Amino acid sequence: MSKVEFNKETGPREVFCGLTSIVWLHRRMPDAFFLVVGSRTCAHLIQSAAGVMIFAEPRFGTAILEEKDLAGLADAHEELDRVVNDLIARRPEIKTLFLVGSCPSEVIKLDLATVAEKLNKRFFGQVRFVNYSGSGIETTFTQGEDGALKALIPLMESSNEEKLLLVGTLANNVEDRFKKIFRNLGISNIESFPPRQSTELPKIGKNTKVLLTQPYLSDTVRDLKHRGCEIISAPFPLGIEGSTKWFLAAARAFNISELKVHEIISPLINRSKLALESHKEILKGKRLFLLPESQLEISLARFLHNECEMDLIEVGTPYLNKDLMKEEINLLPDNTKIVEGQHVEKQLDRVRESNPDLVVCGMGLANPLEAEGISTKWSIEMVFSPIHGIDQAADLAGLFSKPLRRNQILTSKTLVTH
Amino acid sequence: MELTLWTYEGPPHVGAMRIASSMKDIHYVLHAPQGDTYADLLFTMIERRGQRPPVTYTTFQARDLGGDTAELVKKNIKEAVDRFKPKTLLVGESCTAELIQDQPGALAKGMGFDMPIVNLELPAYSKKENWGASETFYQLTRTLLKEKVSSSEKISPLRWKELGRRPKVNILGPSLLGFRCRDDVIEIQRILSEQGIDTNVVAPLGASPEDIERLIDAEVNICLYQEIAEASCEWLKRNFGMEYTNTIPIGIKNTIEFINEVHNKLDLPLINKEELEHKSKLPWYSKSVDSNYLTGKRVFIFGDGTHAIAAAKIAKEELGFEVVGLGTYSREMARQVRATAKDLNVEALITNNYLEVEDAMKKAAPELVLGTQMERHSAKRLGIPCSVISTPMHVQDVPARYSPQMGWEGANVIFDDWVHPLMMGLEEHLIDMFKHDFEFVDGHQSHLGHTATQTKDFLNSDEKKEKNSKEGIIWTESGRAELTKVPFFVRGKVKTNTEKYAILRGIPEISDETLYDAKAYFS
Repeated sequence: MSKVEFNKETGPREVFCGLTSIVWLHRRMPDAFFLVVGSRTCAHLIQSAAGVMIFAEPRFGTAILEEKDLAGLADAHEELDRVVNDLIARRPEIKTLFLVGSCPSEVIKLDLATVAEKLNKRFFGQVRFVNYSGSGIETTFTQGEDGALKALIPLMESSNEEKLLLVGTLANNVEDRFKKIFRNLGISNIESFPPRQSTELPKIGKNTKVLLTQPYLSDTVRDLKHRGCEIISAPFPLGIEGSTKWFLAAARAFNISELKVHEIISPLINRSKLALESHKEILKGKRLFLLPESQLEISLARFLHNECEMDLIEVGTPYLNKDLMKEEINLLPDNTKIVEGQHVEKQLDRVRESNPDLVVCGMGLANPLEAEGISTKWSIEMVFSPIHGIDQAADLAGLFSKPLRRNQILTSKTLVTH
Repeated sequence: MELTLWTYEGPPHVGAMRIASSMKDIHYVLHAPQGDTYADLLFTMIERRGQRPPVTYTTFQARDLGGDTAELVKKNIKEAVDRFKPKTLLVGESCTAELIQDQPGALAKGMGFDMPIVNLELPAYSKKENWGASETFYQLTRTLLKEKVSSSEKISPLRWKELGRRPKVNILGPSLLGFRCRDDVIEIQRILSEQGIDTNVVAPLGASPEDIERLIDAEVNICLYQEIAEASCEWLKRNFGMEYTNTIPIGIKNTIEFINEVHNKLDLPLINKEELEHKSKLPWYSKSVDSNYLTGKRVFIFGDGTHAIAAAKIAKEELGFEVVGLGTYSREMARQVRATAKDLNVEALITNNYLEVEDAMKKAAPELVLGTQMERHSAKRLGIPCSVISTPMHVQDVPARYSPQMGWEGANVIFDDWVHPLMMGLEEHLIDMFKHDFEFVDGHQSHLGHTATQTKDFLNSDEKKEKNSKEGIIWTESGRAELTKVPFFVRGKVKTNTEKYAILRGIPEISDETLYDAKAYFS
């Protein structure tokens, strides 16, 4: 393991809670509905984080708790029943309904598991109910996806068929690219989790080889292991280096020669390196500060340093699973400062003191930092953009070079006044 | 429990944040879990603010719940006071913290600070954002001024005469995330100044705690947004005798009435009465022959109470529209909105459910929608032009240019913003009319997207598949052909009316003649 510096910090945080992941999960599985059992704050959070107005009736909503629901839990269960009945009557096309716990529902100990069990019996054969918590007292941002996937595992049937299982939400086009490359490598049985339809869950068992596409799935990994799945240890497929090592690790698990992998992906690598050049020119030698939010920070830091030659000031992460991140941490330069957790005020003091060229941060902090003259990139964009794989390396770099390039343009004087 | 897919208002603590962020030298310690920090982006992204809201979130976690969350609150309060050195501290809790009952306000008061501390109790499970803003502004005003209550004599609106200076007023209510507040304040101050009236304090927007203490230096309060300021104005009236205005100066008539009201309260003679009519271009633009086509345009209005009521008055009395729907999501102003709706002979729609609003809009078949950003989307789906008149805020509602809703310039802005989409509507009509001419290039795009101009779709899509309408009525060739000749913006209405007529008369097939029969019947 390279000699990175681990730090922990506690204090006031500035991060999204796990409910936010509904924004991409509901798009991944168009036959599912996400019903948050929470407060007006939860509803307002999701609609604000999604950043867009709703163009059609959305496939997520909030059962907003009211005074009378707090008075007695029995009544709350009855009320939730009523809301679910209404919802299913209104949206008969829903196949899976996620009951999503929130901070208030966790605090009043609303037992969503029991509610889901009862509803499963009543709507047997029509709608399946699963529950998980996206509450901010337990989860940060992307951890919501971890909870949702973990909740689906008990519904997955067993099979000893040999297969490669890609775990973690990917953009559809990226997923298609990956599958094509794996087929070219000679792996034919490839499935994704979460699937594109909530009812088409992959079967799993001792010959399922799990390759993670996202770094934030600790609980899902643990449960997949319990089901006998083999977890392929690899860095994450961000950038050329990460993706290459990711393909190689998968190939090893399927006894495919390294030579074959290089044969297939070399042309991709060459063309991607070329595309990366113009971004590298801008990013090279620039100093980067990553604030914690998505758990993608370590992989991004690795890519931006190793392939774009940026200097790392500090790499924040809301939560660090050293085991899952082992391969990534090994690729980081020595003396990288990793900070798990947050004291947002102290961290911003460090941002200002270190005078970075670029800060990766949440939307609440971006404009205030810009107003102080510090360029920023929103971390939420990483979970909405197709950034995985060799072919996307230049696009990923582009997310970081764009704010710097824009700065250059706006401060330059290229046209003479005639 | 209430199923909510989208909400017009946030929770009440977001209202408190609006007050805190609008002001100077104030800090708000909010006992809340980490996810609640999303609210910062409302200010930094939507309002494009270059400063973080002055809010410290305690961000307690599940593991803290077993231990001492009260200690965590105190630690955060101390750190926030040391770091930000506020002159007044607001302390409160969000929905989750309300359940664990740490009473952060009481804790803060026991910590021995000299600064005023406002303990905010905002019931998250029954109240919403505007109520939270109003309550926060009221509690803040009360805390900062309560010691002066007994010593102070009732403030006469005529005091300025004794003091031998120009009359002074406070402008109360404008806040961040309020619709065009930034520019309304400038416009109203300009108008008052022209009338010889000075502005003492604008609050909460841009005010400090010292400014709140100075409120009683003015003679009269201007209640600019009832949603935010009415409770404070009422308290100031009860305790200091300060009169406040009720007229919201949106539109020409209301602006003139507002000026009259202020003059009456101050007993200041109004010497430029005749001039006032000419301060805005709206009256002449509305009177000019070009605006004839605006007469009787069907308009559907939905928004916060203040803006919806004002829009109804302008639509009806200043532009000559017909108001075919009026509603609000502000339950606190339901009574006033109902009264206005009654005057207009429509039924008021009071709801927080945007789907209900969309349904009502569809039924009313308007030619113009005045609503929030959500109604803009609904209207777009229905192919109806729309102008945005109210919060909830969207980044587009914070334009770079000066763009008030109030006063003379506000009336100018409103004329343009409401009439231009309609003119575009007229263009749609022309596109529709001329599309059979050989000069017409196919694919001429309408600004409304594909919904408005596609006559074919209108007739052939679902309707045809289901053999026309659900009542089993059949549109014959001639009926369908006649319907395509009707201008698109009334076609929906004509279609519904004809079907209604057919059902009424038990006519199974609609021909061109049925269309004319129905037209005569309903006219």
